[in-house]
Amino acid sequence: MSSMETSNLTIDTLRKMFEAGKRFDGRGLFDLREIKVGFDVSNKAEGSARVSLGKTEVVVGVKLQVGEPYPDSMDKGNLMVSGDMLPLASPRFQAGPPDFYAIELPRLVDRAIRESKIIDLKKLVVKEGEKVWTVIIDIYPINDDGNLIDAATIGAVAALRNTFLPGLDKDSKIDYDKKTKEKLPLSKEMGPFSFTFYKLGNSLLLDPTREEAEACDVRVTFGLSSYNKGYMINSCQKSGRTPFTQEEIEKMMEILPKKFEEVSERLKKIL
Amino acid sequence: MAEKFKRPSGRALNELRPMIAKVGIVPNADGSAMFSFGKTVAIAAVYGPRQLHPQHMQDPATGILRVNYDLLSFSVADRKKPGPSRRSQEISKMTEWALSPVLDLEAFPNTVIDVQIYILQADAGTRTAGINAASLALAHAGIPMRNLVCSVALGKQDKEIIVDLDKDEEDFEDGEGATDFPLAKIANTDEFTLLQLDGKIPPERVKEVLDMANKCFEEIYEVQKKALKEVVEK
Amino acid sequence: MNNDRENPREMSEESNVSGFDDDNSKKRRVVVPGEIIVSGDDYLPSEGARREGVNVIASRFGLAEESGRVVKVIAITGAFIPRRNNVIIGRVTNITFNGWVVDIDSASSGFLPIDESPRFINKSEMDQFLAIGDVISAKIWSVNTRGIDLTLKGKGLGKLEGGFIFRVSPNRVPRVIGREGSMINLIKEKTACNISVGQNGWVWIKGNDIDSQIKARKAIEFVTDKPFVEGLTEKMEDWFTKN
Repeated sequence: MSSMETSNLTIDTLRKMFEAGKRFDGRGLFDLREIKVGFDVSNKAEGSARVSLGKTEVVVGVKLQVGEPYPDSMDKGNLMVSGDMLPLASPRFQAGPPDFYAIELPRLVDRAIRESKIIDLKKLVVKEGEKVWTVIIDIYPINDDGNLIDAATIGAVAALRNTFLPGLDKDSKIDYDKKTKEKLPLSKEMGPFSFTFYKLGNSLLLDPTREEAEACDVRVTFGLSSYNKGYMINSCQKSGRTPFTQEEIEKMMEILPKKFEEVSERLKKIL
Repeated sequence: MAEKFKRPSGRALNELRPMIAKVGIVPNADGSAMFSFGKTVAIAAVYGPRQLHPQHMQDPATGILRVNYDLLSFSVADRKKPGPSRRSQEISKMTEWALSPVLDLEAFPNTVIDVQIYILQADAGTRTAGINAASLALAHAGIPMRNLVCSVALGKQDKEIIVDLDKDEEDFEDGEGATDFPLAKIANTDEFTLLQLDGKIPPERVKEVLDMANKCFEEIYEVQKKALKEVVEK
Repeated sequence: MNNDRENPREMSEESNVSGFDDDNSKKRRVVVPGEIIVSGDDYLPSEGARREGVNVIASRFGLAEESGRVVKVIAITGAFIPRRNNVIIGRVTNITFNGWVVDIDSASSGFLPIDESPRFINKSEMDQFLAIGDVISAKIWSVNTRGIDLTLKGKGLGKLEGGFIFRVSPNRVPRVIGREGSMINLIKEKTACNISVGQNGWVWIKGNDIDSQIKARKAIEFVTDKPFVEGLTEKMEDWFTKN
């Protein structure tokens, strides 16, 4: 696969195509590719899932550990989101210390999950003030064909919904061989999901392929959860120099609830 | 009365775990494959020959094979922190030496062939599953290769020689304990490219181990061959 | 600019190695490294094959082809290996004092010396002729340890303007071109697009409108998705009646 950077003429052509609302694979600018979700990537994880968006594929695993609570949240369990941009997934990823994008991806997923409060961390206390569960979500891209962020968020939610608490022995030490049927204390609401808007020229789009993403000027990711028969934006991050206009931001606000509906509908049987 | 030795897994002494191999699982890569021995699952992707950066690492006499092996954090019961460990660095190097003899690296001076191997689920034999997956991925990438490389770990449970240990068997402690003997060989030859051992084995029994290994390599080769041919024949 | 970039002689040579052939004198089957292709002292191992004793053995994964006594293994996967006289499509990545560095999607970069441009270019106006990010169709005139040397002197070579470029697997290129250009000419005709296919897998399309450009790309991807199918030209014509 190629590591060649996008050429000027391709960027010009894509800009014109997006202005006309057209994409190479025939999708509309805000259409998402086919989403596939599978489970049980690893029987050693307390929960795991694999998600593909078109040819983009991500695997996510959840591990549970027991530890001390943080001093400023003694009555809550802990959440950590981590992972690695495996060089396996793209000719662009290099082995070695993580670059900005490798650090950014798990942080974006972290905020979408944490701020949605989908996990009731208060119910993850083992012994008040002394021992709590720590939920660790690890995200690994397997193939990058654009939009790893949104695929990773779906993967994290799928893995969480499929997570079972391991058994504890009498000293509150984990026995990973002792499986329980107890699931994580999760909200019954759908989601959260993230939606990352990309911009090229004056056009906005969702779920770009790698080719489309590399031509774009800037992106912004929103974490969305359902709340009281409505929606809440729980997190947001613009990544890149080019500004967004107020009109563009308002347009995204119109689109977000519709997209949440759509993804919920597509995934309700699985999640 | 002597009892017939039973492996914890219930398999015969010379019985491998069921193997699955598939090629082309990472569309972005020049070549890719997955290979599993029972519950141990490895994936591998090859990028190359491609440019090697930084430039001072380039070798004008030959291409370089660069292998990166690692466990995904949730592939093991006790979560492994992301990032290379000493164990993974050692296995990366062993794997590089296990694979490079079949490659004509001198045909690609100044370049690198990158092999990435990750374990999705670990149940012993991870480095051997990794070598089998990487060998397939290199072939799939069209890299000129003399032969495929096949790998399996043999071992001992007390006094019995067994093939392809799973984790329970690796952890066996009775009698002489367990011995882990990972091996790799160039298919269709008698050239061993990976030789490692942890445990106890008397020198006079090594031939027995190699003979049993040879039968395993034949089975593994058939699985690898079938996976490659499916690329065309599906 | 004339955009017919294929060299007819090179093409017909390449188009014969594209998947299953109706000509039964060439037998083909998929082989893995180390597999015995044929046995016999009369056979001559060629590219991708070697002799070990009485056997001719595959030295790569691919399609083994016997053509008379010559046995070779054709690559069906893998990176582009640059060869002299290949016409490629590349992207300018840097301008040095005496030429342009060009990414040709291969293990080495290409280099276009200022003397190999199609007309005289002043050193002070190099970036006006070719800037970073621009695309060229060039010919490889030398492959050596220092790198790959390119030239723009030749029919149909030069800077590409407008349209877009995308990548197909380099070993599908003979299929995309077709026997004596039959496939690519069919696609050009049906979409009224200018199309240039680089041996390195990069394809340039420029049409009169967005829709015909998209269609031309879809048509090419139809070909590359079915590498081992026979009668592809008829299937392509069929596709055009339905799309």
